[in-house]
Amino acid sequence: MLELRSVNSYYGNIQALHDISLKVEEGEIITLIGANGAGKSTTLMSISGVIPPRSGEILFKGKPIHQMSPDKIVALGICQVPEGRHIFPVLTVAENLDMGAFLRRDNRQIKQDLEYIYTLFPLLANRRNQPGGNLSGGEQQMLAISRALMAKPQLLLLDEPSMGLAPLVTRQIFDIIKKINTEQNTTIFLVEQNANLALKTADRGYVLETGRITMHDKAENLLSNEDIQKAYLGI
Amino acid sequence: MEYFIELFFSGLTRGSIYALIALGYTMVYGIIGLINFAHGEIYMIGAFTSFIVATVLSILGFPLLAIFVIAALAAAVWSSAYGFTVEKLAYKPLRNAPRLSPLISAIGMSIFLQNYVLLAQTSDFMPFPQLIPEFGFMEPIAGIIGSSDLVILLTTAVVMVILTWLIKFTRIGKAMRATAQDRTMAMLVGINVNHVISVTFIIGSALAAIGGLLIASHVGQINFFIGFIAGIKAFTAAVLGGIGSIPGAVLGSFILGLTEAFATGYVSSDYEDVFAFSLLVLILIFRPSGLLGKATIEKV
Repeated sequence: MLELRSVNSYYGNIQALHDISLKVEEGEIITLIGANGAGKSTTLMSISGVIPPRSGEILFKGKPIHQMSPDKIVALGICQVPEGRHIFPVLTVAENLDMGAFLRRDNRQIKQDLEYIYTLFPLLANRRNQPGGNLSGGEQQMLAISRALMAKPQLLLLDEPSMGLAPLVTRQIFDIIKKINTEQNTTIFLVEQNANLALKTADRGYVLETGRITMHDKAENLLSNEDIQKAYLGI
Repeated sequence: MEYFIELFFSGLTRGSIYALIALGYTMVYGIIGLINFAHGEIYMIGAFTSFIVATVLSILGFPLLAIFVIAALAAAVWSSAYGFTVEKLAYKPLRNAPRLSPLISAIGMSIFLQNYVLLAQTSDFMPFPQLIPEFGFMEPIAGIIGSSDLVILLTTAVVMVILTWLIKFTRIGKAMRATAQDRTMAMLVGINVNHVISVTFIIGSALAAIGGLLIASHVGQINFFIGFIAGIKAFTAAVLGGIGSIPGAVLGSFILGLTEAFATGYVSSDYEDVFAFSLLVLILIFRPSGLLGKATIEKV
């Protein structure tokens, strides 16, 4: 569904990604794990077109997207929940969700989807008229994911959904991610520092070290790999 | 008391003009964090455009109302074209450059446009045709509020209502609010941020152009330099109200206008600018984020 072919991206003048190649198949959950500053977020921003790659190709369903602007990429069905959640602080919860559906014109369907979101997250329904900036970290993460769902993505890019959340809340979020994958049949590209949880959730995993992919395998194989255990799982 | 009311209305008139210009500063700042120093020149170009159109139309014998409306539309369209082009030429290539670069580019654009109009026109003041007649029904209160004051106040009010509606209830307004709050996230929900920035420059320029037309016909003369002082004053008003805040720009403009009017009326017109800029200094000392602005950490 998505393929990166030797992508090189720069953050200012610093090369953040070196020859990144990876594949995401339709319907699966893949994860990209790595330490702080390894280039995980840059990878997602390159896919979304916010940091366009300087060389290499990104293909979505076989078509090149690496020269498209971010709004065109969203229109194709690739949505990102960025690191730090990026809730619009002054807009209410309902307005934040509505913003997720910015490119859609099917108002009736949008209303139905909104109701679906509210049944999925009753917490958001209770707070629909509060400014997004007032929510707790976990609630903001739910809102950020819901906002991305409002765009009806085919491929959902999630950047550090567990960041700054209590273990219990993190569990809830990951259950929801699984649910989105199975119920909505949404392909998921998950970037995480919490390698243990990410590998338990995903089908396959890639390991990113200082801008280079050093390993990729089935998630269960990575979980039992000794090097991975030492470097990322603290075993 | 009558003198006080007269000064009050004169202050509101000034405030309206400042508001029309200050909105452009504050909207552009809100969206891309740039002080567009060429904005005063966009206003000046609006005044010149309406001058040329009004002169031609009055020679052709058009009725006054038609001249007013056509000149306003022409000025808005022409100034918007300038605002749009300035952004594309001078700011867009520097979008990811250090913050100082677009600022210097903006000052350069301001000087360029001033000198361009200086060369294309002259440095002399030119008499601006009186586009707003003395209304008969205003005669009993003419000592307190003139016809052109009334037209300026009403036009500004209508423009503000339209702008509020645009920002609150339209799709592009929604996109503008999202971009102002979080540009990266706006891109990620599918907003074409370049388009939003262009529209912001176009709207801001059109408002400034209407301000240019109104003040030119109120004062009765224009030259190439009017944009500089009006631009600085409107910028002061925007900072006063909290740069980036739309209600703040309007509030700051009216406070500045009233301050100037009362300073002129009760002290001396020589001290008008002293009071205006003292106000700015005081605000910057005691409330750096402005009256309605939010305290934010400087983003690098």
